[in-house]
Amino acid sequence: MSIGVVVFPGSNCDRDVRWATEGCLGMPTRYLWHEERDLSGLDAIVLPGGFSYGDYLRCGAIARFAPVLESLLSFVSAGGRVLGICNGFQVLTELGLLPGALTRNRDLHFICEDTPLSVVSGRTPWLSSCGGGRRFSLPIAHGEGRYQCSDDTLKQLQDDDAIALRYCSNPNGSVSDIAGITNASGSVLGLMPHPERACDPQTGGTAGRAILEALLS
Amino acid sequence: MPRYQARVLVHLRPSVLDPAGEAARAAASRLGVDGVERLRIGKAVELELEASDEAAARRSLELLSDRLLANPVIENWTLELTQS
Repeated sequence: MSIGVVVFPGSNCDRDVRWATEGCLGMPTRYLWHEERDLSGLDAIVLPGGFSYGDYLRCGAIARFAPVLESLLSFVSAGGRVLGICNGFQVLTELGLLPGALTRNRDLHFICEDTPLSVVSGRTPWLSSCGGGRRFSLPIAHGEGRYQCSDDTLKQLQDDDAIALRYCSNPNGSVSDIAGITNASGSVLGLMPHPERACDPQTGGTAGRAILEALLS
Repeated sequence: MPRYQARVLVHLRPSVLDPAGEAARAAASRLGVDGVERLRIGKAVELELEASDEAAARRSLELLSDRLLANPVIENWTLELTQS
Protein backbone atom coordinates (compact mmCIF):
# COMPACT_ATOMS: atom_id res chain seq x y z
CA MET A 1 0.00 0.00 0.00
CA SER A 2 1.49 3.35 -0.92
CA ILE A 3 0.69 7.00 -1.55
CA GLY A 4 1.78 9.27 -4.41
CA VAL A 5 2.25 13.00 -3.84
CA VAL A 6 2.08 14.99 -7.07
CA VAL A 7 4.79 17.63 -7.47
CA PHE A 8 3.95 20.47 -9.85
CA PRO A 9 6.37 23.31 -10.54
CA GLY A 10 5.35 25.68 -7.75
CA SER A 11 3.98 23.10 -5.30
CA ASN A 12 5.29 23.92 -1.83
CA CYS A 13 3.45 21.58 0.53
CA ASP A 14 4.60 18.35 -1.16
CA ARG A 15 7.35 17.75 1.42
CA ASP A 16 5.03 18.60 4.29
CA VAL A 17 2.56 16.00 3.05
CA ARG A 18 5.26 13.36 2.75
CA TRP A 19 6.57 14.16 6.21
CA ALA A 20 3.06 13.76 7.58
CA THR A 21 2.14 10.55 5.74
CA GLU A 22 5.53 8.80 5.91
CA GLY A 23 7.42 10.51 8.73
CA CYS A 24 4.56 10.82 11.20
CA LEU A 25 2.17 8.09 10.12
CA GLY A 26 4.53 5.50 8.65
CA MET A 27 2.69 5.10 5.34
CA PRO A 28 4.96 4.47 2.32
CA THR A 29 4.93 7.60 0.12
CA ARG A 30 6.66 8.68 -3.06
CA TYR A 31 6.68 11.84 -5.15
CA LEU A 32 5.10 11.94 -8.60
CA TRP A 33 6.59 14.54 -10.94
CA HIS A 34 3.85 16.28 -12.93
CA GLU A 35 5.11 14.75 -16.18
CA GLU A 36 4.77 11.16 -14.96
CA ARG A 37 1.93 9.05 -16.26
CA ASP A 38 2.50 5.76 -14.47
CA LEU A 39 0.44 5.50 -11.30
CA SER A 40 0.76 1.73 -10.97
CA GLY A 41 1.35 0.45 -7.47
CA LEU A 42 -0.25 3.50 -5.88
CA ASP A 43 -3.38 3.24 -3.75
CA ALA A 44 -3.98 6.94 -3.14
CA ILE A 45 -2.86 10.25 -4.63
CA VAL A 46 -2.43 13.60 -2.91
CA LEU A 47 -2.48 16.91 -4.79
CA PRO A 48 -0.62 19.19 -2.37
CA GLY A 49 -0.87 22.90 -1.67
CA GLY A 50 1.24 25.59 -3.25
CA PHE A 51 1.13 27.68 -6.39
CA SER A 52 1.20 25.20 -9.27
CA TYR A 53 2.54 26.85 -12.43
CA GLY A 54 2.60 30.14 -10.54
CA ASP A 55 -1.21 30.17 -10.36
CA TYR A 56 -1.09 31.78 -13.83
CA LEU A 57 -4.46 32.49 -15.44
CA ARG A 58 -6.38 31.03 -12.44
CA CYS A 59 -5.34 28.80 -9.56
CA GLY A 60 -5.09 25.28 -10.95
CA ALA A 61 -5.96 26.28 -14.52
CA ILE A 62 -2.64 25.23 -16.06
CA ALA A 63 -1.98 22.32 -13.69
CA ARG A 64 -5.16 20.76 -14.96
CA PHE A 65 -3.38 19.91 -18.22
CA ALA A 66 -0.42 18.15 -16.59
CA PRO A 67 0.23 14.61 -17.94
CA VAL A 68 -0.05 13.11 -14.45
CA LEU A 69 -3.62 14.36 -14.22
CA GLU A 70 -4.67 12.51 -17.37
CA SER A 71 -3.69 9.34 -15.54
CA LEU A 72 -5.46 10.62 -12.43
CA LEU A 73 -8.81 10.61 -14.26
CA SER A 74 -8.55 6.86 -14.93
CA PHE A 75 -7.23 6.34 -11.39
CA VAL A 76 -10.41 7.97 -10.03
CA SER A 77 -12.65 6.01 -12.42
CA ALA A 78 -11.10 2.84 -11.02
CA GLY A 79 -12.08 3.96 -7.51
CA GLY A 80 -8.67 5.21 -6.30
CA ARG A 81 -8.66 7.71 -3.45
CA VAL A 82 -7.59 11.27 -4.17
CA LEU A 83 -7.02 14.07 -1.66
CA GLY A 84 -6.63 17.66 -2.88
CA ILE A 85 -5.38 20.12 -0.28
CA CYS A 86 -5.64 23.89 -0.86
CA ASN A 87 -4.10 24.37 -4.33
CA GLY A 88 -4.84 20.66 -4.85
CA PHE A 89 -8.53 21.38 -4.19
CA GLN A 90 -8.39 24.21 -6.74
CA VAL A 91 -6.87 21.81 -9.28
CA LEU A 92 -9.62 19.23 -8.64
CA THR A 93 -12.34 21.81 -9.38
CA GLU A 94 -10.58 23.01 -12.54
CA LEU A 95 -10.27 19.37 -13.59
CA GLY A 96 -13.99 18.84 -13.05
CA LEU A 97 -13.50 16.03 -10.51
CA LEU A 98 -15.22 18.25 -7.94
CA PRO A 99 -17.90 20.87 -8.69
CA GLY A 100 -17.64 24.63 -8.11
CA ALA A 101 -14.60 26.91 -8.03
CA LEU A 102 -12.32 28.62 -5.51
CA THR A 103 -12.19 32.39 -5.83
CA ARG A 104 -10.48 35.32 -4.15
CA ASN A 105 -11.17 35.67 -0.44
CA ARG A 106 -14.00 38.07 0.35
CA ASP A 107 -11.75 40.48 2.24
CA LEU A 108 -8.78 40.10 -0.15
CA HIS A 109 -6.41 39.01 2.63
CA PHE A 110 -4.17 36.01 2.43
CA ILE A 111 -5.34 34.23 5.58
CA CYS A 112 -2.89 32.10 7.55
CA GLU A 113 -4.31 30.87 10.86
CA ASP A 114 -5.86 27.92 12.66
CA THR A 115 -9.57 27.77 11.99
CA PRO A 116 -12.29 25.71 13.68
CA LEU A 117 -14.16 23.29 11.42
CA SER A 118 -17.18 21.11 11.85
CA VAL A 119 -17.66 17.73 10.22
CA VAL A 120 -20.82 17.86 8.11
CA SER A 121 -20.73 14.37 6.66
CA GLY A 122 -19.02 11.42 8.30
CA ARG A 123 -20.24 9.20 5.46
CA THR A 124 -16.87 8.87 3.68
CA PRO A 125 -13.68 7.19 4.93
CA TRP A 126 -12.02 10.61 5.13
CA LEU A 127 -14.09 11.69 8.13
CA SER A 128 -15.87 8.55 9.28
CA SER A 129 -13.65 8.29 12.35
CA CYS A 130 -14.56 11.90 13.22
CA GLY A 131 -18.33 11.45 13.06
CA GLY A 132 -20.81 14.12 11.93
CA GLY A 133 -21.00 17.19 14.13
CA ARG A 134 -17.53 16.86 15.59
CA ARG A 135 -15.37 19.97 15.67
CA PHE A 136 -11.62 20.39 15.36
CA SER A 137 -9.19 23.04 14.17
CA LEU A 138 -6.85 22.90 11.19
CA PRO A 139 -4.53 25.53 9.72
CA ILE A 140 -5.62 27.42 6.62
CA ALA A 141 -3.25 29.40 4.39
CA HIS A 142 -4.82 30.82 1.26
CA GLY A 143 -5.71 33.95 -0.68
CA GLU A 144 -8.19 32.25 -2.99
CA GLY A 145 -10.28 29.88 -0.95
CA ARG A 146 -13.76 31.31 -1.26
CA TYR A 147 -15.79 28.34 -2.45
CA GLN A 148 -18.25 29.40 -5.11
CA CYS A 149 -20.94 27.39 -6.87
CA SER A 150 -24.41 27.78 -8.35
CA ASP A 151 -27.55 27.18 -6.30
CA ASP A 152 -28.15 24.00 -8.32
CA THR A 153 -24.67 22.70 -7.52
CA LEU A 154 -25.13 23.50 -3.84
CA LYS A 155 -28.38 21.56 -3.80
CA GLN A 156 -26.66 18.65 -5.55
CA LEU A 157 -23.88 18.69 -2.94
CA GLN A 158 -26.48 18.59 -0.18
CA ASP A 159 -28.47 15.83 -1.89
CA ASP A 160 -25.29 13.77 -2.33
CA ASP A 161 -24.25 14.41 1.30
CA ALA A 162 -21.01 15.66 -0.27
CA ILE A 163 -20.28 18.65 1.96
CA ALA A 164 -17.54 17.22 4.14
CA LEU A 165 -16.41 20.18 6.26
CA ARG A 166 -17.72 23.62 7.12
CA TYR A 167 -15.96 26.57 8.73
CA CYS A 168 -17.40 27.35 12.16
CA SER A 169 -16.55 31.00 11.54
CA ASN A 170 -16.42 31.63 7.79
CA PRO A 171 -13.04 33.29 7.13
CA ASN A 172 -13.23 33.85 3.37
CA GLY A 173 -16.85 34.20 2.25
CA SER A 174 -17.31 30.64 0.99
CA VAL A 175 -20.83 29.67 -0.07
CA SER A 176 -22.59 27.87 2.77
CA ASP A 177 -19.37 28.06 4.89
CA ILE A 178 -17.91 25.23 2.81
CA ALA A 179 -14.31 24.24 3.64
CA GLY A 180 -14.23 20.84 1.93
CA ILE A 181 -16.34 18.64 -0.35
CA THR A 182 -16.23 15.13 -1.76
CA ASN A 183 -17.47 13.65 -5.01
CA ALA A 184 -20.72 11.68 -4.86
CA SER A 185 -18.96 8.34 -4.27
CA GLY A 186 -16.74 9.85 -1.57
CA SER A 187 -13.45 8.67 -3.10
CA VAL A 188 -12.23 12.22 -3.80
CA LEU A 189 -11.91 14.88 -1.09
CA GLY A 190 -10.92 18.49 -1.70
CA LEU A 191 -10.42 20.92 1.17
CA MET A 192 -8.79 24.29 1.77
CA PRO A 193 -7.47 23.54 5.30
CA HIS A 194 -4.11 21.75 5.63
CA PRO A 195 -4.40 18.43 7.52
CA GLU A 196 -0.70 17.71 6.82
CA ARG A 197 0.25 20.68 9.00
CA ALA A 198 -1.55 19.16 11.96
CA CYS A 199 0.08 15.73 12.21
CA ASP A 200 3.34 16.29 14.06
CA PRO A 201 2.85 16.91 17.80
CA GLN A 202 6.08 18.95 17.78
CA THR A 203 4.69 21.53 15.36
CA GLY A 204 1.03 21.77 16.27
CA GLY A 205 -1.93 19.51 16.90
CA THR A 206 -2.66 16.12 15.47
CA ALA A 207 -6.21 16.80 14.28
CA GLY A 208 -5.18 16.29 10.66
CA ARG A 209 -4.06 12.70 11.12
CA ALA A 210 -7.45 11.05 10.64
CA ILE A 211 -7.90 12.55 7.16
CA LEU A 212 -4.44 11.39 6.00
CA GLU A 213 -4.82 7.96 7.59
CA ALA A 214 -7.94 7.53 5.43
CA LEU A 215 -5.71 7.55 2.32
CA LEU A 216 -4.86 3.91 2.97
CA SER A 217 -7.60 2.76 5.35
CA MET B 1 -2.79 30.37 -44.27
CA PRO B 2 -4.70 33.50 -43.19
CA ARG B 3 -3.68 35.14 -39.94
CA TYR B 4 -6.15 36.40 -37.41
CA GLN B 5 -5.99 38.67 -34.40
CA ALA B 6 -8.30 38.01 -31.52
CA ARG B 7 -9.10 39.41 -28.14
CA VAL B 8 -10.91 37.33 -25.54
CA LEU B 9 -12.48 39.33 -22.71
CA VAL B 10 -13.05 37.29 -19.57
CA HIS B 11 -15.53 38.64 -17.01
CA LEU B 12 -16.60 37.36 -13.64
CA ARG B 13 -20.23 36.26 -13.78
CA PRO B 14 -22.53 38.95 -12.36
CA SER B 15 -23.46 36.69 -9.42
CA VAL B 16 -19.81 36.28 -8.36
CA LEU B 17 -18.46 38.75 -5.79
CA ASP B 18 -15.45 40.73 -7.04
CA PRO B 19 -13.60 41.92 -3.93
CA ALA B 20 -10.68 43.27 -6.00
CA GLY B 21 -13.11 45.37 -8.03
CA GLU B 22 -14.69 46.65 -4.82
CA ALA B 23 -11.26 47.59 -3.45
CA ALA B 24 -10.42 49.45 -6.67
CA ARG B 25 -13.77 51.26 -6.51
CA ALA B 26 -13.00 52.39 -2.95
CA ALA B 27 -9.59 53.65 -4.16
CA ALA B 28 -11.29 55.62 -6.94
CA SER B 29 -13.14 57.73 -4.40
CA ARG B 30 -9.91 58.26 -2.42
CA LEU B 31 -8.41 59.57 -5.66
CA GLY B 32 -11.24 62.08 -5.70
CA VAL B 33 -13.17 60.45 -8.53
CA ASP B 34 -16.74 60.23 -7.27
CA GLY B 35 -19.75 58.62 -8.84
CA VAL B 36 -18.16 55.26 -9.75
CA GLU B 37 -21.08 53.00 -8.96
CA ARG B 38 -19.76 49.75 -10.31
CA LEU B 39 -16.26 48.46 -11.03
CA ARG B 40 -15.62 44.85 -12.04
CA ILE B 41 -12.18 43.53 -12.97
CA GLY B 42 -11.76 40.98 -15.75
CA LYS B 43 -9.00 39.90 -18.11
CA ALA B 44 -8.20 40.71 -21.72
CA VAL B 45 -6.29 37.99 -23.60
CA GLU B 46 -4.77 39.01 -26.95
CA LEU B 47 -3.97 36.28 -29.46
CA GLU B 48 -2.63 35.93 -32.97
CA LEU B 49 -3.31 32.69 -34.78
CA GLU B 50 -3.30 31.04 -38.18
CA ALA B 51 -6.39 29.23 -39.40
CA SER B 52 -7.77 28.05 -42.73
CA ASP B 53 -10.70 30.47 -42.51
CA GLU B 54 -12.58 32.62 -40.05
CA ALA B 55 -14.93 29.83 -38.98
CA ALA B 56 -11.97 27.59 -38.12
CA ALA B 57 -10.31 30.42 -36.19
CA ARG B 58 -13.54 30.99 -34.28
CA ARG B 59 -13.85 27.29 -33.43
CA SER B 60 -10.31 27.18 -32.02
CA LEU B 61 -10.85 30.33 -30.00
CA GLU B 62 -14.17 29.14 -28.60
CA LEU B 63 -12.58 25.90 -27.43
CA LEU B 64 -9.66 27.81 -25.93
CA SER B 65 -11.94 30.28 -24.15
CA ASP B 66 -14.28 27.64 -22.76
CA ARG B 67 -11.63 25.17 -21.63
CA LEU B 68 -8.62 27.27 -20.69
CA LEU B 69 -8.95 31.05 -20.66
CA ALA B 70 -12.19 31.18 -18.66
CA ASN B 71 -13.75 28.93 -16.05
CA PRO B 72 -17.46 28.78 -16.96
CA VAL B 73 -18.36 28.12 -13.31
CA ILE B 74 -17.42 31.67 -12.36
CA GLU B 75 -16.66 33.51 -15.61
CA ASN B 76 -18.18 34.56 -18.93
CA TRP B 77 -16.20 35.51 -22.01
CA THR B 78 -16.65 37.42 -25.25
CA LEU B 79 -14.58 37.18 -28.40
CA GLU B 80 -13.44 39.83 -30.88
CA LEU B 81 -11.89 38.43 -34.07
CA THR B 82 -10.33 40.23 -37.05
CA GLN B 83 -8.25 39.04 -40.00
CA SER B 84 -4.81 40.68 -40.03
